[in-house]
Amino acid sequence: MIKNINDKLYHAELDLSVSIAGVTLKNPVTTASGTFSARESGAFYDISELGAVITKGVSDVPWDGNPTPRIAETYGGMLNSVGLQNPGVEDFIKHELPLLKSYNTKVIVNVVGKTINDYCKTVEKLDDEAIDIMEINISCPNIKEGGISFGADPKMAAEITREIKRLVKKPIIMKLTPNVTDITEIAKAAEYEGADGVSLINTLLGMKIDVHRKKPVLWNKTGGLSGPSIKPVAIRMVYQVRRAVNIPIIGLGGIMTGEDAAEFLMAGADAVSVGTAALVDPTAPVRIKNELIAFMQQNEYKNLQQIRDALA
Amino acid sequence: MFKKIIEAEIIENKKIAEGIYRMAVKAPETAADARAGQFVNIYLRNKIMLLPRPISISRVYDDVITLIYKIAGKGTGELSAYLPGEPVRISTSLGNGFQLEDVFKETDSNHNLNKVKIIALVGGGMGVAPLVGLAQKIMNEKEKRSFKDDDLQVIAIVGFQDEPILMKEFETCCNHVYIATESGSTGLKGNVLQLIERKGLKPDYCFACGPRPMLKALANRCENANIPLQVSLEERMGCGYGACVGCVCRIKAKEEGVKSIRKKVCTDGPVFFGNEVVWDD
Repeated sequence: MIKNINDKLYHAELDLSVSIAGVTLKNPVTTASGTFSARESGAFYDISELGAVITKGVSDVPWDGNPTPRIAETYGGMLNSVGLQNPGVEDFIKHELPLLKSYNTKVIVNVVGKTINDYCKTVEKLDDEAIDIMEINISCPNIKEGGISFGADPKMAAEITREIKRLVKKPIIMKLTPNVTDITEIAKAAEYEGADGVSLINTLLGMKIDVHRKKPVLWNKTGGLSGPSIKPVAIRMVYQVRRAVNIPIIGLGGIMTGEDAAEFLMAGADAVSVGTAALVDPTAPVRIKNELIAFMQQNEYKNLQQIRDALA
Repeated sequence: MFKKIIEAEIIENKKIAEGIYRMAVKAPETAADARAGQFVNIYLRNKIMLLPRPISISRVYDDVITLIYKIAGKGTGELSAYLPGEPVRISTSLGNGFQLEDVFKETDSNHNLNKVKIIALVGGGMGVAPLVGLAQKIMNEKEKRSFKDDDLQVIAIVGFQDEPILMKEFETCCNHVYIATESGSTGLKGNVLQLIERKGLKPDYCFACGPRPMLKALANRCENANIPLQVSLEERMGCGYGACVGCVCRIKAKEEGVKSIRKKVCTDGPVFFGNEVVWDD
């Protein structure tokens, strides 16, 4: 009994909040783009439990995505080549956004495009809506023009950040690809042009071959690798980027538990996204939040900054 | 009510044919609202295999559901080693099942069916599993409406590579069971389409589950003969609950100016009307 009372006291003293680009999240747990939808995820848990939701990629016109198979399981991970199928920004504003707004959580809208003009059209429409932040996906490996050409070249990353910043009032976070030689160069370019934050990492480009059928498992041949098998790569990149830029970082890549989330914070992330774990267990984002609270209680952290400062 | 992942108790896990197993699990929350044609996700114990295995619900008895699965790899291999009494993590029922109400919507003043006298359940291979549950549901519906066999007949038209499965179950719930095997070991040597042709079967309504080429050929035949058809589609899934958009199929669009759109097999389906599916995608 006494232990329970102590737990409650600790809980009362805990401050899980974090400010990202001037927006206060009540806790650092968000959903990774492409693994969350208000209707489907909301069927399993109360979305208001999360600090923020990050939506599936939204484009200026509807996108059809890639043919199937789009999913392949790998050792401790998975490949996807969905190809950013989405009904377009107008449909998003009409159908998904009102549902998201019915929850007590911040709304971060992921934006995709094939050209700078595509991105601009979408962010302009979103800028007038009741959203909190835009996450600009310059890192999808699954379609030829899925933004990765912007995310793989510091000059292009700078240009697209500059163009979008010029158009919108809302804060923007650039989502970076790990499929580069030096991710800090891209992060620095985005920061220089006024990005309000970066999120990393998107998926690693991978491939799986069915040796019996003698062909790639995915229709698209290659796909994005995610899940716990990529976490060390993500931790390394968050650690490097933290030491290269001052803007907030949303860290993601294979977070399965509260301790994984703490590891990202310790590497330098301000908030975290849960992606593949939510496909494996629909309620994972809430579970991970609760596990993070337990981790903080057990280790007597009072706030997130103490975790971030803890690395020896 | 939220959808859930629950811990269910395995009642039975038995080999019923070469490489094919039937698992019965006590899962009250899943059984409570399960419809024929829905499925459950099974979450494996070996965490190296991240993704759930989606398995269609075959039958529901009180708070027990039965699942028929084939060993296709390491995941289903793991399932086959589970023992009665052990726990298994499964979801509550997922997806949209067969719409039986579509059959019963047009009745005359005496509550008899106007158009449908023969319902065919057409299954290929593992696709027969959910049709057993549907056959049971139709039988219950007939009893509820005091229909005689003259009012409504249910026939099963099933095809297999070699070894038929669930024959006893079909025989208890159907008026006739027609069988084809590719090997010729049982019934007609050939496939279900040839079986329909050869036996001159003329159903008024069809429900089908099986390999895509079979479903496509059947859809073609039903469309030409103006027979309503519901098909349960299969696609490689990621999450199984609509979040990842991994499993999609092409469906003719109802909106103007759009020919077709990709819909999610897991949450928009897995059951669609045969004439709304774009088969050559």
